[in-house]
Amino acid sequence: MGLLWLIVAIPLSSAIMLAVLGSRFSRSVVTAWGVGSIGSSAVITMLVAADFVSAPPADNAYTEVLWTWIHIAGFQPHIGFYLDALSLVMILVVTFVGFWIHLYSAEFMRHDDGYSRFFAYMNLFVASMLTLVLADNLLLLYLGWEGVGLCSYLLIGFWYRDAANGLAARKAFIVTRVGDTAMLLGLFLLFTSLGTVQIQELMHRASERWAVGSTLAVTAALLLLGGAVGKSAQLPLQVWLPDAMAGPTPTSALIHAATMVTAGVYLVARTHGLFALAPTAQFVVAVTGAATLIVAGCSALTQYDIKRVLAYSTVSQIGYMFLALGVGAWSAAIFHFVTHAFFKALLFLGAGVIIEALHEEHSIFRMGGLRKELPVAFWTFLIAGCSLAGLPFITAGFYSKDLIIWGAWSAAQGHPGFWVVGIVGALLTALYTFRLIFRVFFGPIQTPVSKRPGYAITVPLVILAFFVIVGGYVKEPLLAFVQSTLPTMLEEGAAGMTETLSGGIAALAFLSGLYFAYLFHLQKRSLAEAAVANPAGRVLHAWWCADWGFDWLYDRLFVQPFLWVAQINKNDFIDAFYTGIARLTEALYRALQLAQTGLVRWYAAGIAVGSVLFLAIVVFS
Amino acid sequence: MFSLGLIGLLVRRDLIFVLMSLEVMLNAAGLAFVVAGSRWQQADGQIVFLFILAMAAAEVSVGLALVLQVYHRFKTLDADALSEMKG
Repeated sequence: MGLLWLIVAIPLSSAIMLAVLGSRFSRSVVTAWGVGSIGSSAVITMLVAADFVSAPPADNAYTEVLWTWIHIAGFQPHIGFYLDALSLVMILVVTFVGFWIHLYSAEFMRHDDGYSRFFAYMNLFVASMLTLVLADNLLLLYLGWEGVGLCSYLLIGFWYRDAANGLAARKAFIVTRVGDTAMLLGLFLLFTSLGTVQIQELMHRASERWAVGSTLAVTAALLLLGGAVGKSAQLPLQVWLPDAMAGPTPTSALIHAATMVTAGVYLVARTHGLFALAPTAQFVVAVTGAATLIVAGCSALTQYDIKRVLAYSTVSQIGYMFLALGVGAWSAAIFHFVTHAFFKALLFLGAGVIIEALHEEHSIFRMGGLRKELPVAFWTFLIAGCSLAGLPFITAGFYSKDLIIWGAWSAAQGHPGFWVVGIVGALLTALYTFRLIFRVFFGPIQTPVSKRPGYAITVPLVILAFFVIVGGYVKEPLLAFVQSTLPTMLEEGAAGMTETLSGGIAALAFLSGLYFAYLFHLQKRSLAEAAVANPAGRVLHAWWCADWGFDWLYDRLFVQPFLWVAQINKNDFIDAFYTGIARLTEALYRALQLAQTGLVRWYAAGIAVGSVLFLAIVVFS
Repeated sequence: MFSLGLIGLLVRRDLIFVLMSLEVMLNAAGLAFVVAGSRWQQADGQIVFLFILAMAAAEVSVGLALVLQVYHRFKTLDADALSEMKG
């Protein structure tokens, strides 16, 4: 376990090296470094995991302090890594899924001019996420947090020659910054009132000094939640994620599956001690998750762009995780995170194959019939889609989602309302997933396939698909393992409902979603068009397609007033002062310019008169 | 004599005359040094005069070369016509 620091250090050093020397290396060297670093990191992670499981350390946690970061007047954060079941599961997923995404990018990005730059960013991204997850104090966690934000900015705006990509990158950065500010305030609050930033110590002190439901605890938890909401693209800060599709597809896979958006889930799970002290905040977490789940699910139903559909589905699935966290089903949230990481990475990688095969075609209405053309992509996409939609008994997604839906009612903080939302969410998920699959892979061919994927692309697809299936069968051991760190869900039981029945209804929701998708998007496509054609349907469609008008609202509420204020402020007092100086200088220059006549005799006369005057002053004064 | 040179410098427009006026001014300064040296019985005045003489020779050579170039280029020696450097 002494190798823990290497897991972070290898991708980090590789990122630095690629950033500095990348342009001098040949492509194969860049590939070897970029992919190899994550690969070796994944191998070390597995070694550490094997070590951890076979010989669990005391208290099921292992801390490795490298050095003291800052030492000022009692404030002494370390660069230290903290490994327990939660962070172990996270780093396993991050490095493992991250490795396959990197391998895929090696082929996907092969013709790009910024090949080495891409791998430098990707490695830095993984390194930041690992720092975030392994950090033993909130300050180091915040460093990773910001690093992740920075890398997402760099990668979303990777093709910076297109202004739209730059705008999307800026949007992602600014919107998440809103959440980050809240989180930073929460961090300050925690430090000033509890006097430490060590997470474990912090949780300990918080439970000692703060009563359940005290104002300070609730405020701190809500502020941290603000950060989590920003990073995890939950309501009301979800607007950046769909636009983040501007980046290269492997980036989207990495953002959605392994890094970035799950950071919020991790933060809430990590600080569960604090949230346990603040039932109000925890309730807010659950409500946020539930609302996001439905809102994003509806939006996903109306999108045309294949990647945007997937983006909204991520938002919606993270909503499930927040719901689980909110009701206290901690381990269910982490389980869903694991399964989601696999199938969402797979979906994005598959979407990348499709988009590349069809000449950068993004609209699902101009795709079709790809089942026979791209068999590997089809089967893996289908497996991942079934998992996302929750195909009963076979796929991992069913088990994890079912657990959350059950927890939403039966947990101590659960509520039948949450359960209903979960079921509706499952229906929506099945509906938009199969809408996507039927439109893309079935029906007539609309755009001919121009390119077929190579092995570096298909191998990751197949391996991830394998894990999507297997993931469901490790449910019990994984849950038991995670529960060594996270508290067990307090089951209260649900009146008139059993776990089997709940699972059955979830399966029913899946089937009806599948059926409706089949009806509207494969068998009778005219029905879908008719639904959009009538006025109510059109308005609803446009409204959902525009993300429930959030962008419009934020534009009116924040962007326009800000621009207006900026416009006014353009000529404020300070500016006027500096413009005044500039004007004065210009006027003086014009006056002096008159003296420069170009006539030598005038200059001579000037010198003569000047020296006479000077002498006169010297003599007579 | 210095004033005479200065006035010549200011009123004549021909570059040759301007240079000559400059010489007159230099001589005036040199004369002033010699007179001052003899008034206070010190050799410094004469030494400086020699310096001025040497400098005047150099100045005239450079000046005349410039005048030649100017004439080649503009076909005139009128100082007022040469006002290209006007701001």
